[in-house]
Amino acid sequence: MSTKQMLFSGFGGQGILFAGKFIAYKGLIDEKQVSWLPSYGPEMRGGTASCSVIVSDEPVGSPIVSAPDVLIAMNLPSLDKFESSVVPGGMIIADSTLIERQVARDDVKVFYIPATKLASENGMPTLANMIIVGKLLKELGDFNEESINAALKKVISAKHADMMEINVKAMSIGANC
Amino acid sequence: MAVVFEKPHALADVPMHYCPGCTHGIVHRLVAEVIDELGIEGRTIGVAPVGCSVMAYNYFNCDMIEAAHGRAPAVATGVKRANPTEHVVFTYQGDGDLASIGMAETVHAAARNENITIIFINNAIYGMTGGQMAPTSLPGQVTQTSPYGRDVKACGFPIKVCEMLSELDGPEYLARVTVNSVKNVNNAKKAIKKAFQNQLDGKGFSLVEVLSSCPTNWGMTPQKALQWIDEKMIPYYPLGVYKDRSAKEEETK
Amino acid sequence: MADKVLMKGNEAIAEAALHAGCRHYFGYPITPQTEIAAYMAKRMPKIGGTFLQAESEIAAINMVYGVASAGYRVMTSSSSPGISLKGEGLSYLAGSDLPALVVNVQRGGPGLGGIQPSQSDYFQATRGAGHGDFHMIVLAPASVQEMAELTVKGFELADTYRMTSMILADGTMGQMMEPVSLEDLEVKPAPEKPWATNGTKLARPHNIVNSLSLVPDELEQLNFARYERYRAVEENEAMYEEYMMEDAEICIAAFGIAARVSKNAINEARRRGIKVGMIRPITLWPFPKAVFRRAADQVKSMISVELSMGQMIEDVRLATECRVPVTLCNRVGGMIPSPEQVLEAIENAAKNGGAN
Repeated sequence: MSTKQMLFSGFGGQGILFAGKFIAYKGLIDEKQVSWLPSYGPEMRGGTASCSVIVSDEPVGSPIVSAPDVLIAMNLPSLDKFESSVVPGGMIIADSTLIERQVARDDVKVFYIPATKLASENGMPTLANMIIVGKLLKELGDFNEESINAALKKVISAKHADMMEINVKAMSIGANC
Repeated sequence: MAVVFEKPHALADVPMHYCPGCTHGIVHRLVAEVIDELGIEGRTIGVAPVGCSVMAYNYFNCDMIEAAHGRAPAVATGVKRANPTEHVVFTYQGDGDLASIGMAETVHAAARNENITIIFINNAIYGMTGGQMAPTSLPGQVTQTSPYGRDVKACGFPIKVCEMLSELDGPEYLARVTVNSVKNVNNAKKAIKKAFQNQLDGKGFSLVEVLSSCPTNWGMTPQKALQWIDEKMIPYYPLGVYKDRSAKEEETK
Repeated sequence: MADKVLMKGNEAIAEAALHAGCRHYFGYPITPQTEIAAYMAKRMPKIGGTFLQAESEIAAINMVYGVASAGYRVMTSSSSPGISLKGEGLSYLAGSDLPALVVNVQRGGPGLGGIQPSQSDYFQATRGAGHGDFHMIVLAPASVQEMAELTVKGFELADTYRMTSMILADGTMGQMMEPVSLEDLEVKPAPEKPWATNGTKLARPHNIVNSLSLVPDELEQLNFARYERYRAVEENEAMYEEYMMEDAEICIAAFGIAARVSKNAINEARRRGIKVGMIRPITLWPFPKAVFRRAADQVKSMISVELSMGQMIEDVRLATECRVPVTLCNRVGGMIPSPEQVLEAIENAAKNGGAN
């Protein structure tokens, strides 16, 4: 992988920005060049939230991801908005609990993960995002527990250190989908 | 030979530009006497306004800052916060500066109980620009911009600063004084001294409103102007202490 | 590497300011820079500093004026509409020759505009921040690391030249996270400030911080003296980055986020065999005129990539004395040019033999 451009998108409150931040931190720990750029403004509150994440071997040019290699779509409006922007040969991971339709394109790899359903079944209702992240890392061939743990330590504050384990569990669930 | 009268050390030995009969000179002297008596000249920083007293920075021997119009309380906030234990900070502002263009800065410095001292000269007119209507001009008062007398229907009522600020929980001390008689000058000095002492004691925002005369722009002799304060201004702006939190707390103990 | 952390650009500015010894911050909430205030609100009380949410932008800049008068490092931050309100104070800071740091994380305008990124305050920052003849040192970071570095640099330059330094960033720079390291960031100690109003201690004549001067020929001399200092800044402090300029026939001029986007386009154009490079001004004032003048002898045309209706392009034309054609490639209102748009502009220029 020389450069991976990723777009995370969903409702505000689904942990979209957190998931992107985790991936950026993991890249940093893996000694890659990284950037993370959120959408910002009133749309963050209950509306759609998205962030651009770039993980690269090269210095990052523009931090804006307009043609993602990977699209994480955690709700229908996100898929509707960004499906066409994914590069041919790219990847879409969709939360199929919340997105009932199929991806229309046949030139991209698609994974349907019922993340919201899995999260609630496993007693981790707020961690659908990390289930998806688990799947993402698996498909990128990047599910490395050491750097996962190190990155989690960076994004989870000491106050919530007890959340580490359940985050790892969520990612494992995703990776095994 | 016994010295019976001398200039306070904190007052610079330079001629002032104020008009004959103007009371700025008296108030400057009172502030300087208080600085001398409290022994704080070396740690005092004054903030001058835009208005007739714009050049007050030349008249005090302590460090001085000239602020933008109305912003003196914000500038004073910065100076005070830069070194709260060492700096003693006062502003010296007129009615246009403090109660019109700088009203927000005044109200919020009071609301924060900013530990500064404000000397507020209320002479019911804009002096430096030649006698326009001030936020404190009296109803019916003739000025250059209210040539038929201040019409409260068109331009509203005067602002009673002490009364208004006294409704806030923030400020420590609010008093209105005047300097049109020996007795009143003595009372004014007491209030100014208390306003500085409060700052030294860490008590907070202390403002002394001084009803002042402007013979030039009022179109009166100095003598008549001092009478006008008694006859017209004091009835609208009664003298007195509008807030003294520490004294009140002492009482209720 | 191990000590690098991910920080938002806004947070990097705040942390770098603390690193530079700034212990006084005054601000007013406005998107997209509020993280600076929030960061300061959290940190200042713990290190004995001052964070104060002022009642207005106007009050905030005047509080800055007060602290600067007393001789301490001090800053405020805002976004476009708030900077307009600070204009009065910026003029007074210049008139009183006070050092301060002001951050503008720009958003689209005019008026209330929007909250998305913009570079349309270029004129305001480099020419007309307030009334009167004056300049600010204007620094334009293009990465989060630079947000930190230029903040420290900004304080140092402000103290050295008794000027206001402005960090001219934009919403993208403020909101994005990148790795930052402050550990190796050296801070020069602030110079002595014998002019400061911090109390005479009865040991010296009183200092006066003042911008009033009613005698015209005295005020003229003050302006002349100030511009002597500005000339020294222009001679010594212009900063820029050159990217692939060695053999370039087309030169892009871009700063901040526009330069980041342009790099992508340049890389792609190079793959397509087009000889294009970039000059990225890091100081917008002083504008790095010399490097543009040199480039004008080398390239066939220039493209100014901006998030404005064409503001820096005027400085490019002035610096090159219009010896090569300069065209504009832009988006405004919170939109950002895409690498494809910039690439298209480069290809158009190349088609015309470099002269578009």
